[in-house]
Amino acid sequence: MDNLNHLIEGFGHVMTPGNLLYAFIGVVVGTAVGVLPGIGPAMTVALLLPITFGLDPTQALILFCGVFYGGMYGGSTTSILLNTPGESSSVVTALEGNKMAKAGRAAQALATAAIGSFIAGTIATLLLVLVMPQIVDFAIDLGSPDYLAIILLAFVGAAAVLGSSRIRGFAALLIGLSIGTVGIDAVTGQQRLTFGLPQLADGIDIVVVAVGLFAVGEALWVAAHLRRKAGSVIPVGNPWMGREDWKRSWKPWLRGTALGFPFGAIPAGGAEVPTFLSYITERKLTKHPEEFGKGAIEGVAGPEAANNASAAGTLVPLLAIGLPTNATAAIMLSALRGWGFEPGPLLIEKQPVLVWTLIASLFVGNTFLLLLNLPLAPAWAKLLQIPRPYLYAGIIFFAAMGAWAVNGQAFDLYLLLVIGLLGFAIRRFGLPVLPLIIGVILAPIAELHMRRSLQLSHGDPAGLIGGPVSWVCYVIIAIAILWPLIAKLVRMARGGGSGSGGDGPTDRITISTEATA
Amino acid sequence: MSDLTPDRTADPTGSAGVESKGGDRAQYGMCAGLAGLGVLLLVDAARLAPVQSSNDALGPKPVPIVLGVLLLVVALFYAIDIWRGGVGAAEEGEDVDLSAGSDFKTVGLLVVVFGVGAALIAPLGWVIAGSLLFWGCAFALGNRHHIRGLAIGVAISLITFYAFAIGLGVNLPAGILDGIL
Repeated sequence: MDNLNHLIEGFGHVMTPGNLLYAFIGVVVGTAVGVLPGIGPAMTVALLLPITFGLDPTQALILFCGVFYGGMYGGSTTSILLNTPGESSSVVTALEGNKMAKAGRAAQALATAAIGSFIAGTIATLLLVLVMPQIVDFAIDLGSPDYLAIILLAFVGAAAVLGSSRIRGFAALLIGLSIGTVGIDAVTGQQRLTFGLPQLADGIDIVVVAVGLFAVGEALWVAAHLRRKAGSVIPVGNPWMGREDWKRSWKPWLRGTALGFPFGAIPAGGAEVPTFLSYITERKLTKHPEEFGKGAIEGVAGPEAANNASAAGTLVPLLAIGLPTNATAAIMLSALRGWGFEPGPLLIEKQPVLVWTLIASLFVGNTFLLLLNLPLAPAWAKLLQIPRPYLYAGIIFFAAMGAWAVNGQAFDLYLLLVIGLLGFAIRRFGLPVLPLIIGVILAPIAELHMRRSLQLSHGDPAGLIGGPVSWVCYVIIAIAILWPLIAKLVRMARGGGSGSGGDGPTDRITISTEATA
Repeated sequence: MSDLTPDRTADPTGSAGVESKGGDRAQYGMCAGLAGLGVLLLVDAARLAPVQSSNDALGPKPVPIVLGVLLLVVALFYAIDIWRGGVGAAEEGEDVDLSAGSDFKTVGLLVVVFGVGAALIAPLGWVIAGSLLFWGCAFALGNRHHIRGLAIGVAISLITFYAFAIGLGVNLPAGILDGIL
């Protein structure tokens, strides 16, 4: 019950008129940016992180939590009204959501998404309150070798498990790790990969990397392939739901939450798997199977709830262990560190006020989101009609502003352009962005833990292996890396057909074939 | 679990826009880039003094060396994958039309506009440089309403300057308009 008292105290910090205003601004700006086509939650938080630089940490945090939830919700509006999900976690929402919108039920689709997100977000944040202290108790005994193993597991998970091509995943991860090593070595003070440039001595700021990859890279990529006529937007009135819609939505909301939270909380979980699982669950359990594929409300309610619950779930490893499991969390981690906080088991002990204020602002942001989005949906829908030259010019404009705000030097903008071209290349060649961004952020932390482990063992390499946690991690890593080989052996043992190439995408099920199966 | 991951590569038509006949040769460029990065890391690491002490048995060298070697290994496997016909699916999106080729003229123009805009922020200030940046990017992307483009650019530059620089304390320069804004 101690937690509850802390939480109430946290609410006390948020519930001042000034702070509520910051939460409000965060939600409005976050939704407005998140709803723009082509901008997912990760790009939203990266673009808007610089606007918190001038604030004190508590206010920055409150503003940022609003941006986080606003960006999440904005994405689902886009996928329902435009059938073109901004990020993979909204793919499933678009399946039924856009069909509903086309059938004239856009208002109900938006309503079930908004209310479902609110309910899932609230329950998942409560779960966060309950679960996090347990994870902290567990994590507090972990040593550097264990952290190293957990981070390596996150690397391998992001590179090899998510995404379609392992070799491209590892390539992206290694590019990220290389960017992460730029700068002065923290222990010996030697410059690595700085080429004598003083601007690189402190490393490349994560805002520059994230904004470059997400915003500039996306704008350049779209510029090369601009669709000359914009997709048609479905007009929408105020979201509302009838009694029947409520009846059909509340169970999918709860089931989606139950699926989303745990997947968000495990390394390499993410939102794609739970939203997809929620979709197939609802399709199996529905009383209206004939509507699936034509706009079933359950197919929007469940995945949207799962999406939001998993977003709250990602905060568990982020705050308790300091481990980001998706791109948005990775940017939040660097934001927290920028404000002078080191996420990890000690954070809740050293900075309890901060942690509980953060959690309280999640509740507040989530509530604002519901209050705002029901009446404002028609206005958001108008944003979808912005002419594309203005939209992408605006994205580049905000990207330049964000990169300038970091250090106030033109060098960062040139760096932004270079990283934007890298972002162009990874889109062109199908390299995943998640391992890259996680690599940039965690490379210095991984190296630190590696060196600390060896320091404790006086240079004995055996010191790199810690307790049972690291053993478990290394076993999972070995399985993940050797998986193509294992799968091949299993097939051969069964005497089945010829094994396909190790890196081939052939042994995976695509979402489209599953959805029509 | 991994088998449920939404997968765009599995759909061979997903990359139809990028020259799919006879494999996607341009990928070798990416592959060469990876190998080049690996070599760069190794060369840079070789330059570092091998500092080792009792409280830092590892020193700064091993991590870049390991990364460099891994990059070369991955570049090799990547090349093999390309040679066997592997393609990475180019990213799709709401405004992306992969059926036509890449329009590098637009990209080049954007890069130039961005470079010029970046150079102008310090001398001219955010409002002027930002307006020009917006107008120039919109022009590069096909906007031909110059007055409207410039007007929107000026409007959002002023809004961001007052809202973020003055309201939220973000570091944006007033430049030559210092004292007027």
